[in-house]
This record gives sequence, structure tokens and C-alpha cells, in this order.
Amino acid sequence: MIRGPVMLLVLPALVTVGVIATATFGGDELRRVLSLADYNTRIVVLGTTLLGAAAGLIGTFTYLRKRAMVADALAHATLPGIAAAFLIVGQKEIVPLLVGGAIAGTLGVLCVMGLRRIPRIHEDAAIGIVLSVFFGIGLILKSAATQLSMGDQAGLDRFIYGTTAGLIKQDAWLIGMTAVLILLTVLLLFKEFRLLCFDAAYARSLGRRVRVLDLLMMALVVITTVVGLQAVGLILVIALLIIPAAAARFWTDDLATMTWLSVEFGAASGFVGALISGSYANLPAGAVIVICAGVLFFFSMGFAPERGAVFAWWRRYALRRRIGRQHVLRALAEHEERYGNLATLPLARLQQTRSWRASELRTLIYRCRAADELTIDPSDNIRLTPTGRVRAHRLLRNHRLWELYLIRYADVAPTHVDRDADQIEHVLPASITVELERLLAEKQTAIPASPHPMGDVS
Amino acid sequence: MNLLSKQRRLPEAADQHHDPRAPISIHDMTVAYHRRPVLWDIDFAAEEGRLIGIVGPNGAGKSTLIKACLDLIPKASGSIRIYGKPYKKQRQLVGYVPQRESIDWEFPINALDVVTMGTYGKIPWCFPPRKKHRTAAYEALEKVGMAEYAHRQISRLSGGQQQRVFLARALVQDAQLYLMDEPFAGVDAATESAIIALLKDLKARGRTVLVVHHDLQTVKSYFDDVILLNMRIVASGPTATTFTEENLRKTYGGKLTLLVEAAEAIARGGQENR
Repeated sequence: MIRGPVMLLVLPALVTVGVIATATFGGDELRRVLSLADYNTRIVVLGTTLLGAAAGLIGTFTYLRKRAMVADALAHATLPGIAAAFLIVGQKEIVPLLVGGAIAGTLGVLCVMGLRRIPRIHEDAAIGIVLSVFFGIGLILKSAATQLSMGDQAGLDRFIYGTTAGLIKQDAWLIGMTAVLILLTVLLLFKEFRLLCFDAAYARSLGRRVRVLDLLMMALVVITTVVGLQAVGLILVIALLIIPAAAARFWTDDLATMTWLSVEFGAASGFVGALISGSYANLPAGAVIVICAGVLFFFSMGFAPERGAVFAWWRRYALRRRIGRQHVLRALAEHEERYGNLATLPLARLQQTRSWRASELRTLIYRCRAADELTIDPSDNIRLTPTGRVRAHRLLRNHRLWELYLIRYADVAPTHVDRDADQIEHVLPASITVELERLLAEKQTAIPASPHPMGDVS
Repeated sequence: MNLLSKQRRLPEAADQHHDPRAPISIHDMTVAYHRRPVLWDIDFAAEEGRLIGIVGPNGAGKSTLIKACLDLIPKASGSIRIYGKPYKKQRQLVGYVPQRESIDWEFPINALDVVTMGTYGKIPWCFPPRKKHRTAAYEALEKVGMAEYAHRQISRLSGGQQQRVFLARALVQDAQLYLMDEPFAGVDAATESAIIALLKDLKARGRTVLVVHHDLQTVKSYFDDVILLNMRIVASGPTATTFTEENLRKTYGGKLTLLVEAAEAIARGGQENR
């Protein structure tokens, strides 16, 4: 779990890693870009960083409201608006185009919400319909616009694919204002957004205007998408809304922390992505930014504590190893129980007590010996050490207590009880052991006799 | 049908069908999903300070009834009053425990924050919850025996513990009327008795509780009144006299196939009338 002041270090750390990586593998214009000496580079990096932060912020809530794909429909639905605005205004004035995009995007969202109310149309179908139909109309309008104005044929393509290098001061300002607007809204409505995302029905029962909140959230997504179109393009802008939030979810169980992490992940992707694409000629910045976010996501998925795949695997492995060692100790204790203390158990007979592979058992014994729990002589005879004996007795006692409990209270047949107890005893917390003792009135520390016939290990 | 509410019926404006003293009174309500009626002609008036079980087969409209009371779904006709006024004006008096399945357990939130949501109704827009709200939430968690899990993420709680968290959230609302959608579903015996103790405590303090309930075995020992529901109210009233074998047969038996068929026909829009 990540919490506290460490959070403030995430962004600088990521940026440093990004800069070092860029410097190591950097291309032709590396030095100029890295020093941010160039005015254009500064504008571009600033713009994409702010865009990443803004998208990461509002993206957290759309992700948790499970509206992330609505944002994709929205992004695609902006195209007809942009093309129509171009046909009407007749020039590449940016503000009318963005306004047109925003109107069409909003229409797209409303269409998704409306279609969903029809029986048998689920949200995924509604999104698919709106996304493709709006985008189709957009392509037709775009070709009409291209035919009308022979001069700038590729003019509208930049909204589809994004041309980060073309960001100018005005764009950076727009993105910055959007980021501030979203920040203020989220600060003011954090409580409402949390309630809405977690339990919309309950929010409604409390009298919160759920539809108003939903529309407000989608409006912020519309604005983010539209100002982000030029930077990353309408196909990839969805990535900035989903990926930082999804990556942040791996690191924390606290919404505020997750929101903040998502902002940092988004900003870092924007910063490093712009940097990398700036230092190679012809590298599409939108794609690089998204790849940076993707790298962060997969890193989070793999290495986040508790939730990350590597840690989960390690935890399982450590548990299995612990259980294995406990099995070895218990087998030795049971052997001593039958043949008296200091009896040695040949390795071959120990192996017969369970379905151990030879190599696996060797490893376990090696580990037990390293922990000073047993000794093994050159002819493979095993004997518990005093330390090992104390532990083994405790394990055996827990095992027997469980068996008795299962027989008396859970009606498990004595013949099955060994295996059942086997699965549970390794994860028994001390508090349950105490409770077991109370239930079974086994106050003395003696080991209860086995309730079932012991299989002879010879 | 509930005889009491029928006697109180007066022919004029909607409000006159409702007893202003009743914690909740439902008059002639019909609810439809996509034009398919799921609740027909519901008439009911609760008495204050009673534990009321809502019982009926799957798809009988039990959850729908609760949701309609909370204005979560639109009514095709009829009216509901909480202490004589529409729900919109009486939200503060109503606490709600939703069905387990409606919750996203992987949401990044801990038990205390969930319970604190119960106080949101008293906090205006844009203001964060204050210390006193959090304290109230913590006390509610203590009351359901969950204080030690206050800071645990909700997916790491057992089913029974999760249910108790949501009960605590309703408790912290300090409502007069509680609507609970299957609070006993999937809980362990310890939680079940904890919930029952809680319900008894609410009753002792004069609160009224409507509970959607599945386990017919326990109806008699848990509830004062019972509503037997299967698209319409088959019977309602004191459990002792209402929860009879005959009424149960009417509720669970196949006697209502005609009603189901009629609903289907209405859903088709009457286009295929034979």
C-alpha cells in the first residue's frame, strides 16, 4: 500500500526514470529536447503533462463509475462535430472546431444514455452503435470538407491521430484551464463523486441528483477529450482516461490516494511520452504517451505490493514452502510419538508419508536444517533438534485440536478428518487456537491422541 | 388486501388515501419495467414500531417494492406517503440497506467511509464530512460490532461483516423508517443474530423496519407483521394471523399464472391479441 508523503515522490521519480531512459536510448535531437531549451518543446511537454494530469484526475471517477468506454464513444463522436464546424466556418480556426467537437461528443454521450434505456440494448451495444455511427458520419463529413478545401487536406486528420508537435501556446492554455477546472470540481465534489461511483442507488435515496452528477462528470470528460484531441487524437485519448486510473488501483485501497496516483501517472506519461517522441524524428507522440501509460500499467500489475502479480506469486510460494516445512516437522513428531524421542527417520520412509517428489523434499529438509529444526546424517537419517521438537509438537497439537474440533462440531467423519485439518491448520491464527482450546477444554499442553488410526510410515 | 387501509380510503385527493401517522402508506400503486407490470394495485399501510417482513417467491417484486418506496424506480400509478408526505420531503426519515449484489466490493473504500456515507444526507453539497460525522459513523460500527474493522477495505470483510457495515450505514442515518433489501442473504449465524438484535433494538426505540426476507422458517420468530407478495399483495397483517399455510399456498402456488400472462400481454403492447 502506498500512502502518506511517499505519494509526492511518485511523479518526480517517474519523470527521472523517464529522462534517464530517454537519455540512454535517446535519438538525434536528444540534447535539445532534454534541456527543454526549445520554446516549442516546452509548450508541448507542458501541454501533454497537464493533459495527462487532467485525464488521470477525471479518469479515476469515470473508471470507478464504469463509464470508461462511454468516454471512447464520446471521443469518436467528436469527429462529425469537428468536420461540420469546419464546413460551416470554412477555415481552420481552432475554437469553433473544438466547440463543434464538444457538441457532437455530448450528443454521442446522450445517445448512449438514451439507447441504454431501451430493453435488450445493453451498454456495450449502445456504445458500439454510437461510436461507429458517429465516427462514420464524421468520416463522410471530413471527406466532404477535404474536397471543398483542396489546400489543407490533412487538416482534420490531426484530430484523429493527434499531432503533439503542433501544440501551440493557446492549446497549452486551454489544457491548463481544463486541468484547473477539473481539479476545482473534484475538490468540491469529492464526497458526491465518491458516493455516486460507489452506490448510485443509495445516493439517489439520499436525495442526491445522480443524473446531474453524471452529466457533470461526463461534461468534464467531454472537455478533457476535446482539448486533448490535438495532442493524442480521438482514437487514443481514451487511453489517458482509463490507464492511469486502472494502474493506480493496484497500489492503494483509498480513493483519495488512488486519485492522486492516477494524476501522477497521467502526468508522468504525458511528460515522458512527449520527451521521447520529441527526441526521435517522426515518432507519433500520442502513441508514445499511451505506451508510456501502458508500461506504467503493466509495471503496476506486476509489481504493486499486495495486488501485484509478482507479490501474489511470492506470497503463494512462501505459504507453500511454509506448509511443506510444517509437514516435514509433523511427520517427524508423529514418528517420535510412536517410537520414542530421539528416534531417527530415514529419508526414504519420510518420503512415503506424503506424495513428495525427492527433490522437493530435499529442499524442504535443507531449509529445516538451516533453521536448526532437524539434523540429517550422511546416510540420510533425520532427527529433530530440540528447537525443531518444540515447533513440531506445537504443530502436531494444533493438528489434533483441529481434528477433534471437526469431529465434534462439524460432524466430519474421523476417516476424513486428517486431510481437512491438514488444509486449515497452516493458516490458523493464534486467536483461533486459543478458542479451540477453550471449546475442547484442552487446557493442558499435552498433545491429544490421534482420533484416527495412524498409517504406519514403514 | 389490507383491510385497514381500505377502510381509511376516502374518495378525494391522493393525500386523503394516506394516514399521516403511518410510517409508510402505499395507495393503489402499480410499477412496470419496460411496460411489463411487476407490481399490481399495491395497498399497504404500516403501523409504527413494527418489524415487517416482505415475503414472496423469486420475481414477486419484493425488491421492486422497496425501490419504488425510495423513488428509485418510477411508478406507473398510485402514490406513496412517508408519515403523510411524499418521499422527496421525508428522505431524512428513511434509511436504506440495498441488496448485496448491487455493491461493487472492489471499490477502493474502507468500512468507516462506507458508514460515513450514511451522514451525507445531512451534509450539504460540496462540504466534506466533519469529525462529528466520522465519530457517528464509528459509533454505528461499534454498535454492529465492527469497530475493529473500520479501516479495512470492504472486499476483505466476510459476507456477514459486509452486511453489518451496510446496516451501520443505515443506522447512522438515524431514520424513523428502515427499508432493508435481504439483509440476511448470505450471512453467518453470528451476523444473523446480531442483525436480529439490532432490529429488536430499533423496534424498541419506536422505529419501523421493512425487511425483504427469504427464509420462511424464521418469519414467525422475526417479524410482527408480514406482507405476502407475488406481483400483488396476497395478504398482509400480523404474522400470527397472516402467515398461514393457505396464504402461503396462494403466494407461492401457481394460482397467479393469469396475472403473469396478462403482464406479458401488456408488455407486448397488445399487438398479438388473439
